[in-house]
Amino acid sequence: MSSSTVVITDEQTPVGTGPILAVSGLGVEFNVDNEWVMAAEDVSYEIRPGEILAIVGESGSGKSMSSLALLGLLPRNGRCTGSAKMLGNELIGAPQSTLRKVRGNDIAMIFQEPMTALNPVLTVGEQIREAIEQHTELSPADAKKRAIELLLMVEIPEAERRYDSFPHQFSGGQRQRAMIAIALANDPMLLIADEPTTALDVTVQAEVLELLRTLNKRLNSAVLLITHDMGVVADLADHVVVMEKGRIVEAAPTAQLFSSPTQDYTKQLLGAVPHLGSKVGGVLTDVEVVDGRLQIHEEYAEEARVAQESQNASGVEPALELVDVDIEYPGRFRQPPFKAVSGVSLTINPGEVMGLVGESGSGKSTIARAVTGLIRTSGGSITIGGTDITTLSARKLKPLRKKFAIVFQDPAASLNPRLSIGDSIGEPLLLHEKLGREELDTRVAGLLEDVQLPVAFRNRYPHELSGGQRQRVGIARALSLRPDLLVADEPTSALDVSVQAKVLELLQDLQRERGFACLFVSHDLAVVELLASHIAVLNKGRLVEQGSTEQVLKYPRDPYTRRLLAAAPVPDPQEQSMRREQRSVILAAGSEE
Amino acid sequence: MSTNDKQPDDSRASVELSELNLLTQDSDIATEPRTQQQVDRVQTEAKSQGRLIRERFFRHKGALAGITLLILIIILAFSSIGYAGIPGWWDKEYDVLADRFNEGRPTLTLWPFSLGEHPFGQDVLGRDYFALTMRGTQTSLIIAFIVGLVAMVIGTTVGAIAGYFRGWTEAVLMRITDVVITIPTLVIAAAVAGIVARAGIVPFALFLGVVTWTGLARLVRGEFLSLREKEFVESAKSVGASSARIIFRHILPNTVGVIIVSTTLAISGAILLETALSYLGLGVTAPDTSLGKAINDNRSALTVRPWLFLWPGAFIIGIALAVNFIGDGLRDAFDPKQTRVKQ
Repeated sequence: MSSSTVVITDEQTPVGTGPILAVSGLGVEFNVDNEWVMAAEDVSYEIRPGEILAIVGESGSGKSMSSLALLGLLPRNGRCTGSAKMLGNELIGAPQSTLRKVRGNDIAMIFQEPMTALNPVLTVGEQIREAIEQHTELSPADAKKRAIELLLMVEIPEAERRYDSFPHQFSGGQRQRAMIAIALANDPMLLIADEPTTALDVTVQAEVLELLRTLNKRLNSAVLLITHDMGVVADLADHVVVMEKGRIVEAAPTAQLFSSPTQDYTKQLLGAVPHLGSKVGGVLTDVEVVDGRLQIHEEYAEEARVAQESQNASGVEPALELVDVDIEYPGRFRQPPFKAVSGVSLTINPGEVMGLVGESGSGKSTIARAVTGLIRTSGGSITIGGTDITTLSARKLKPLRKKFAIVFQDPAASLNPRLSIGDSIGEPLLLHEKLGREELDTRVAGLLEDVQLPVAFRNRYPHELSGGQRQRVGIARALSLRPDLLVADEPTSALDVSVQAKVLELLQDLQRERGFACLFVSHDLAVVELLASHIAVLNKGRLVEQGSTEQVLKYPRDPYTRRLLAAAPVPDPQEQSMRREQRSVILAAGSEE
Repeated sequence: MSTNDKQPDDSRASVELSELNLLTQDSDIATEPRTQQQVDRVQTEAKSQGRLIRERFFRHKGALAGITLLILIIILAFSSIGYAGIPGWWDKEYDVLADRFNEGRPTLTLWPFSLGEHPFGQDVLGRDYFALTMRGTQTSLIIAFIVGLVAMVIGTTVGAIAGYFRGWTEAVLMRITDVVITIPTLVIAAAVAGIVARAGIVPFALFLGVVTWTGLARLVRGEFLSLREKEFVESAKSVGASSARIIFRHILPNTVGVIIVSTTLAISGAILLETALSYLGLGVTAPDTSLGKAINDNRSALTVRPWLFLWPGAFIIGIALAVNFIGDGLRDAFDPKQTRVKQ
């Protein structure tokens, strides 16, 4: 191989217009207890050069497995049938030695979690160089040169210096960029991106998506995008394949699929995706991009703020009031303590739902835990129903715990695996009301019915339930004492969209029925918009903005809120392409800060 | 109490229908193969934790075999020669010398079945070896179980308290553990066991338990350290559960696997430790005997009188295997994820 291949040029596109990859009748099966269980069946699609094809589906739809099968990467107990032709060469059933040449060279993969996909004891540069040396005969020096070029290409600043950095010295987004650099090391014709942005914050996700788009245009390689996120699909894909339970339900060009889906399942799926701005009628309405610069109409925001203040004047005792709350995590040895939250003040009136929005590390979960008395604050006061809980001893706090409850993010981790569902739900009742066996059983049965689960589930254990069912159990447990305040810490972020829609609906119904106040913590603005009447935005432990949902979404005053709103992908390709210009301007404005 | 899907009750049918719905909507590949089975197992009545554990334990065939074997050995050992002055059905004493019959060969024949005068033979001094083995089994069983119990109680308590409360409590408890670990068991036994052993086998067993709990304490502490950070513990705290409730109801059941496996190992280990100490003349002393002592006494007889070696050996293996199988079964019974039964 000559050294001229080191430089990436735009003329290097694969010749011919035929499909790069043609999959037909692909089936994947797994041997479970000597029975073959179907994971994917009769999967057929084609990808052409320069095209981005998205495979969309919920967990268990077989989208990942059917793609791993292409590279012969199935687990040992799996087998696949059918045909997948890469430029006319059959991949299914090909010997491992052939596949090894294809992997990383013709087809490259980007994984979901960049932290675990990178080796923590090798520098990022070495890992890129390794990928190059596997498939070419470049000298180490040339390979290093090429690795630095790749780092530049994925827009890592100071690429030459960062070549010697270790993965932990990169931020999440940079790690995913490094993974993309490794994937692109040998100019693959096809890039398989398996949930490439799921582990990233929304603003970082927007940047990575932007990068994938520009690279795709520049290198003219095809991308097979596997995702569950309709917003990402709308942003990136040319064609969409929708999968359900191992079968293709619908395949269409992106615009057509979103505007006129033909299958019920697709309609259901699209209907379940929360659409940012659907309730309040658009977001960022006061922002205009003129000649690539931002123009903000301040007068709208002012009007909304005045309306907001006149509403706040009513003299009800708030269900929850935070005044100048500071929370610190103690330092160890000579490290200084870490201040996770500083100077946060907010108020929730009875029966009101407040959405607390922020990216990872913003301190939103910390606030949720402090409000429920799980973490001590280091300053300020938290008043629930008129009592300041920050000064109470554990014993005095206990009777108050009836008044508030928390639903956790991960339903699998928040239920004791050794307690049956009935025992888990009944525990708060047992602790606070000291009920007898029989009365407890009736109450538990009633709660299970409230969250629309069969009463028979009380003898089951958490691992026997699906994610959505577990979260229903979590909600039943939290509501068992009829609290005045419910803290929900990302209750749906571990769930599939259709399940999320049902759980959100349940929460909404219960909230309307019982009228508890709710602090709804989430990173997803669209979900918060559905539920909350008020929104507070957190950034790095500080509250940057709060107000009514409409005000925050339509006329945000803080640049960080604007960035969040602009970065959130909307499940509508047309709107998304219109928003793209606005997004890049707002994100650019944010990074200048 | 089982209600199957043919029940002509409308409300139940609708419940099951909605359940089926939920399962198909919310399930993924991992749970799909079990769906039908789950629906078949519909039970609306609440079951207690203890009953569910018992049901799972008795479905475990290995555990069932183990517990049968252990009970048989216990009955045989205690009923044959009696215990603490209560006479048994076997007419010979383990400490009475007699003339050797046929060079002390075993008189046990299986076909036609007959015990004969000395079914396990006689040792060099002409003592009945069946009675001797039974006496040894009694001693070894008592020592092994007391050691296992004492080590489990001390180890679990220390480990749980250290792991849950952290801070200075943990520092103090774990330093004590470290100190106990650094003292070689044999050395401390050499210093103390001789005196204790003369007081009888129960004080001797208690003493062994007091020096062997350290491994379990460290394991339990490790488990507590990771479990106390789990969300379900936070969830229990958020509803106002006390520390005791969190430790005993929420965390401890999740460490049962570790505790039981480690205790069964401690029981097998205790039999060996007792053997080693008896060999040094620090454990069980003549005329009393234990399985380990019986083997040691006759270790030179392997080639000429193998039965003196074989019978106590067979009982040691039998006890150790039975204990391990029971441990296996208990661990699985406490683990609700074990739905399938081991064959």
